[in-house]
Amino acid sequence: MIGRDLLGTEDLDRADIERILETAEHMREIGRRTIKKVPTLRGRTIVNLFFESSTRTKSSFEIAGKRLSADVINFAAASSSLKKAESILDTARNLEAMDLDAVVVRHAVAGVPKQIADVLSAPVINAGDGAHEHPTQALLDLLTVRREKGRIDGLTIAIIGDILHSRVARSNIYAFRKMGAEVRVAGPPQMLPAAIETLGVKAFTSLREAIDGVDVVMALRIQNERLSGTYLPSVREYSATYGIDREKLKFAKDDAIVMHPGPVNRGVELSHDLTDHRPGVILDQVRNGVAIRMAVLYLLSGRRQEGDPRLDLESGEEK
Amino acid sequence: MTSQQVDPHLNSQPPSGGRVVMDDVAIRRALMRIAHEVLERCEDLERLYLVAIPNGGVPLARQLARNFKQIADVDVVVGILDTTLYRDDLKIKAERPRLRETEMPSAVDGRIVILVDDVLKTGRTIRAAMDALMDFGRPSAVQVVGLVDRGHRELPIKLDYVGKNVPTQPDEEVRMSGLGGNLDGALEVVVMPGEPESSGGMR
Repeated sequence: MIGRDLLGTEDLDRADIERILETAEHMREIGRRTIKKVPTLRGRTIVNLFFESSTRTKSSFEIAGKRLSADVINFAAASSSLKKAESILDTARNLEAMDLDAVVVRHAVAGVPKQIADVLSAPVINAGDGAHEHPTQALLDLLTVRREKGRIDGLTIAIIGDILHSRVARSNIYAFRKMGAEVRVAGPPQMLPAAIETLGVKAFTSLREAIDGVDVVMALRIQNERLSGTYLPSVREYSATYGIDREKLKFAKDDAIVMHPGPVNRGVELSHDLTDHRPGVILDQVRNGVAIRMAVLYLLSGRRQEGDPRLDLESGEEK
Repeated sequence: MTSQQVDPHLNSQPPSGGRVVMDDVAIRRALMRIAHEVLERCEDLERLYLVAIPNGGVPLARQLARNFKQIADVDVVVGILDTTLYRDDLKIKAERPRLRETEMPSAVDGRIVILVDDVLKTGRTIRAAMDALMDFGRPSAVQVVGLVDRGHRELPIKLDYVGKNVPTQPDEEVRMSGLGGNLDGALEVVVMPGEPESSGGMR
């Protein structure tokens, strides 16, 4: 079963993923209630430790924690000692001394969540580390696809964009492959990692070939702020070649869905007409994100390490 | 319980050492009697709202709804309310219980809610169900139907309608199960000797 932390989809097996998706399906119902809160994590403290700016993912984790009645504290890089050159390990030790129950970490450098997890006894959830992994994004994408298509096994997914720098792509490749889908990736040659096919995917530089007959087209965000000049000489050229519009979408299956992890650069990864045409799926990704994060917080927060005094209480509930 | 009208594979079904305390016929009769009792006590049938606690409560609540229709020609709403996220042992158990369906088709405000569960023991599930119910609104009254009351209450909770009182040892396991491998067909309640936890099944 699911381990103590969630650092990447690479570490999950199919049964883990099924369990998270099943739990998230039930969590969705809570979001439809008038009182969107259950007492499950009452008295627990969850810290959002974001060394890299994020609005959506941070809010999504915060809403998820609050719907489970946990107290959620946000540590943003700009407003903490993180700016004062405190080392990551010192930060982690300080968090440990505060008796936290779960820590959500985002960092621009791959591996930082793992480093923190090694020090903390509380579970650590990776909310994106460098170009490594962003597991809750992949899980919410799985949930979205399964709700749209009724299954994942046997589907073909095309991931389009900057595969090289994308933790979303990496987490999705592991996750969709484990669930029995065929995964294709496509993008400009300089954005395709050299050995990407060792992950069990087919790589294309032609968008048309990549999306031929696929069930799902997943466009990745072009991170202008990080790439300008070096990897991407011209955004307009990218958008003409790899931007998804209705014309190019004709090569995919008639009922193909278009996904995007957000925020969409309108007119770059997705054409305006496509963004407005069926915004439902992309907004469902956001809705499913809260449910997935509730599921992960619920499933991980039950874990206590051996010898934890809190486990020694007489146990309890039966009918 | 007598067993003149038992289903052919009833006796082969329970695992070794289990004894059947209610067979499908007994369960149906109990639910018919309970339906009559509810109707007798209820002043406004339009306000009735059956809320099943999964998994066992669901087929029982559906059968009660059919009985209400048959006896009094009233259509009673059936809701499903999972109590897992409201349990009081989540803080102390390492293993996370699986969630089940919650489906509350209409508002509970002003309704006479009848919680339906299969086997009642400590009363903690009913406590959790009442908390959950309050998140959905303010019922005018809450009553409880239990198919089997096996005793060993740990909270001040009583049943308003009981199918059968079954005295048990604390470590025995009492389980309602479906003969066809699911709860859609014939049902039975079996008492099994105490064994290490984890056997669980539907529990």
